Amino acid sequence: MPYHEMMVKPMREEVTRLGIKELRTVADVDAALGSSEGTAMVFVNSVCGCAAGGARPALAMAVSHGVKPQQLYTVFAGQDLDATARARSYFADYQPSSPSVAFLRDGEVVHFIHRHMIEGRPPQVIAEEIIKGFDKVAAEGARAE
Amino acid sequence: MSGHVFHPGHEELHGVTVVVEGAEGMTWVGRYHERNDRGVQMHDVALYEPASATLPLSAWIERLMKFGIRVDAKHLVIPNESAIRIVRLTEYAQST
Repeated sequence: MPYHEMMVKPMREEVTRLGIKELRTVADVDAALGSSEGTAMVFVNSVCGCAAGGARPALAMAVSHGVKPQQLYTVFAGQDLDATARARSYFADYQPSSPSVAFLRDGEVVHFIHRHMIEGRPPQVIAEEIIKGFDKVAAEGARAE
Repeated sequence: MSGHVFHPGHEELHGVTVVVEGAEGMTWVGRYHERNDRGVQMHDVALYEPASATLPLSAWIERLMKFGIRVDAKHLVIPNESAIRIVRLTEYAQST
């Protein structure tokens, strides 16, 4: 059951203030990911303090990296249920967990960070993993051009 | 550093994806909640039963690492006597 919106608002804002676009409806998700063109990151946000409490600060560190996907998106698991389910349908080979991060190029997953790769790790280490995803998306693009 | 924690004060493994090794190759992978008199309480658990498995355990774990945990049981209590060893999933490969 979703938490009260007032409680999760700071968690949303911790991500959106980084310039990451939040997708709150199925229509939002389809508009963002439906074209399957270009590169994108989808951060699956979560209230979980054990993992998301480290992932959000890590994201803040990572977005200052020089190379990033063309589009940065987030959905909120456990809160925006339909939007999250739709977003996950774009990386359906990967089992749902939250927080998690998908890196897509032309609709294909090129890197995926599961919750088990986040939990218990300090933000600096998680940030390195996110940056690895950024670099991998860019490298994939370079090969294709 | 920011980070909004809703449930501090749990065991170190609380919320962490672990591998629980049982007798005769039985293995569970899921999110650790706590250990108490009833046993090890887990969420979102994948179960490996050697008798019905289509992959060797190492390959099964490797697949979980890449594609995530395919949930067989939303909640599970593994009796204490059945949980022989508990290790973080991310550390499992180095520990075997």
